[in-house]
Amino acid sequence: MVGAGGVRLMQGNEACVEGALAAGLRFFAGYPITPSTEIAELLAERLPQVGGAFIQMEDELASMGAVVGASLAGLKAMTATSGPGFSLKQENIGFAALAEVPCVIVDVQRVGPSTGMPTSPAQGDVMQARWGTHGDHPTVAFTPWSVSETFSLTVTCFNVAEELRTPVILLLDEVIGHMREKVVLPPPEAVTVVDRKKPAVPPGEGYSAYDPGDGDIPPLAAFGDGYRFHVTGLLHDRSGFPTNDPEEAAYLLNRICEKVERRRARLTMIESRDVHGADVVVVAYGCTARPASRAVRMAREAGIRAGLVRLITLWPFPREDVARLTAGARRILVPEMNLGQIVHEVESAVAGRIPVVHLGKVGGVLMTPEEIFEAVKGV
Amino acid sequence: MPHIWCAGCGHGIVMGCLIRAIDRVGLDKNRTVIVSGIGCSSRAPGYMDFDTLHTTHGRALAFATGVKMANPSLNVIVIAGDGDLAAIGGNHLIHAARRNIRIATVCFDNSTYGMTSGQYSPMTPTGKFASTAPYGNIDRPFDLCELAKGAGATYVARGTTYHASLTVNLIAKALEHNGFAFVDVLSQCPTYYGRRNKLGGAVEMMKWYKDNAVPVQAARQSPEPLPPGRFMIGELFTVTAPEYTDEYAGVLERARERETRA
Amino acid sequence: MKRTEIRLAGEGGQGLILAGIILAEAAAVYDGANAVQTQSYGPESRGGASKAEVIISEDEIDYPKVNRPDILLVMSQLAHDKYIGDLRPGGTLIADTSNVTPRAPEGARVFELPLTDISVNTTGRAIAANIVALGALVAATGVVSKDAIEKAVAARVPAGTVEVNLRALNAGMEVVRRPATGSGDAH
Repeated sequence: MVGAGGVRLMQGNEACVEGALAAGLRFFAGYPITPSTEIAELLAERLPQVGGAFIQMEDELASMGAVVGASLAGLKAMTATSGPGFSLKQENIGFAALAEVPCVIVDVQRVGPSTGMPTSPAQGDVMQARWGTHGDHPTVAFTPWSVSETFSLTVTCFNVAEELRTPVILLLDEVIGHMREKVVLPPPEAVTVVDRKKPAVPPGEGYSAYDPGDGDIPPLAAFGDGYRFHVTGLLHDRSGFPTNDPEEAAYLLNRICEKVERRRARLTMIESRDVHGADVVVVAYGCTARPASRAVRMAREAGIRAGLVRLITLWPFPREDVARLTAGARRILVPEMNLGQIVHEVESAVAGRIPVVHLGKVGGVLMTPEEIFEAVKGV
Repeated sequence: MPHIWCAGCGHGIVMGCLIRAIDRVGLDKNRTVIVSGIGCSSRAPGYMDFDTLHTTHGRALAFATGVKMANPSLNVIVIAGDGDLAAIGGNHLIHAARRNIRIATVCFDNSTYGMTSGQYSPMTPTGKFASTAPYGNIDRPFDLCELAKGAGATYVARGTTYHASLTVNLIAKALEHNGFAFVDVLSQCPTYYGRRNKLGGAVEMMKWYKDNAVPVQAARQSPEPLPPGRFMIGELFTVTAPEYTDEYAGVLERARERETRA
Repeated sequence: MKRTEIRLAGEGGQGLILAGIILAEAAAVYDGANAVQTQSYGPESRGGASKAEVIISEDEIDYPKVNRPDILLVMSQLAHDKYIGDLRPGGTLIADTSNVTPRAPEGARVFELPLTDISVNTTGRAIAANIVALGALVAATGVVSKDAIEKAVAARVPAGTVEVNLRALNAGMEVVRRPATGSGDAH
């Protein structure tokens, strides 16, 4: 149903699908899991209509593997899952990070650990998004607070993945994924789409998928283009073949992490309201930012000088921005639907200069504005 | 070229068989992708001049499925060891077979985890010794060919490093087969499996293959079942069935038709 | 219009989530307001408790959940008993008396309507009770326009059932406007 001016009522998971297709998604592999399943169901219908490939794999591990394989064959590729599946995908997310294979992973968070509460929201996967796979690796993760932003951030995920040759994570939660909300999607021509850099040289003239040349991100050919290159999850040198040379190994690990770090300013998105002169700044993200926004209004109506910082990029953590936007505050409140995850990043960002108070909620019910308002009064 | 394989290892022979089969069938090396998992055998793609993908342990078939679905015109070959394919990757094996996706899969089957120095695998016979079976292996091994067939593979064959020219033929047929093709190639590991079980060196182990392999035609003509320890070699099973990416082309067609009607 | 919070509650299979979507679509797509719709449900595909919530507002909607509904529709006794205490003082209760014996709090506007029976009488089937309920809800509260709810119903229900669903919608509106004796009491 599309109304005047392209107005539609749409679920977050549906907006994710629209964003992915607008960004050029042509391959999806997944495994059924609540509350992300709508993404797979919609793409099972939509991808074949644009000539893309959809496959339901035998498990979550295979889905992530297939996504990496498809991306190396040249397609923009994505998978979607929820907590238990996100755990299983970590192995091949690490592969994608080390082998520099662009791809997008959507995690619609639910209550964990283990099977947890499949139909109830939580924000317990934010640290897993950062450190879920073993070893040092780059992480880029965004988290939307609305259906409309789910569309735009999904596009951003693909653009960043393709430009940086790295896996990018979209952290939804059950509230945003399942909520229906009014959206106006931009026309396709208004969506900025970034494609991966292809080799500048023809096959046989010295292309290496792991030699960045003058830059820090090597171009990526597709399998079948004639370049005949090797991809491995072992530490490799600039030729792409395994190496035990400590200098080459260190160079590679540093390069893949620094390519994200170097673009931190561009990757970190953050919003703020009423932070100047605020005594209390609430730092929130995802679904929790919605009751937090209301709570800050309630506080100001009650005469409390409160402000709101909303994190859109979680990784790399926008520490400079958080420090700057909270600089004048006497207290910081971090409400999140877990027992304390991003609060530690906020503490680290302000480096002990400002007391940081955590408001956690688990059990599967979205925090209410009143709960956050009470906490604002309390700090 | 320097490689990681021990002296006497059978994997070089299996890789040689694969290369000869690719050459015989005439696959374009610019249109051929070789995917492997983790283990001694899975280092083979790094020694071959194709697009090559050395994935995570057990997952080669999952990655290969993504490659093939993304570009069905590519020739996709999977190389895997018995631990990689039958243990940690067993689920991917049966499901790739079930889909009948056109991936030629060659198992470098040495009955052990060589890279981690000789633990028992799902292909280690009962009673044999391994670093993790110091009192003898109590597990029962798979018959990998029966497993692949039961799961839906439409071409199933077994060769050995001793029967190299047969193995080239079997792999060549697998490469030409339009569906999931599985070739189990017995490959000696004198360093761990052979030494721990006092099977002698590479020559003795290959001689054991020679003495105990029974060509499939002979085995099937005999009224008696194969005695314990003997095994069939040759083309064990082949059948024609719809191939997965061909079927997916049908999905694309139906989606377009529905779009046109709508 | 200020923020109006609506909760539709009953059992799985009664079509309340669809009703919530239709109501939100009427507001957002056809009336040009803002709307958010959420739901909660048990692990069962059929049966079990089912709840849809809709918030309609001229302003941006921040908190997307309903804690104190201005309008509460209950279509099962279980849902009634669970949620009746949440109704905002002075709020509107619509109870399907085909399934529910309501005990409304003082000061509430109460519509006791045999929605499921009306569905059966109007369409021959109980399955359109959710649409009858939407008609009653819109007539009782004016939370969306008649034009918008009609368009939204027509756009969402399965092709070939538009006419019968519009009849169900209209029957729901009528029973509020002209309550037949004993079937629709507004206290």
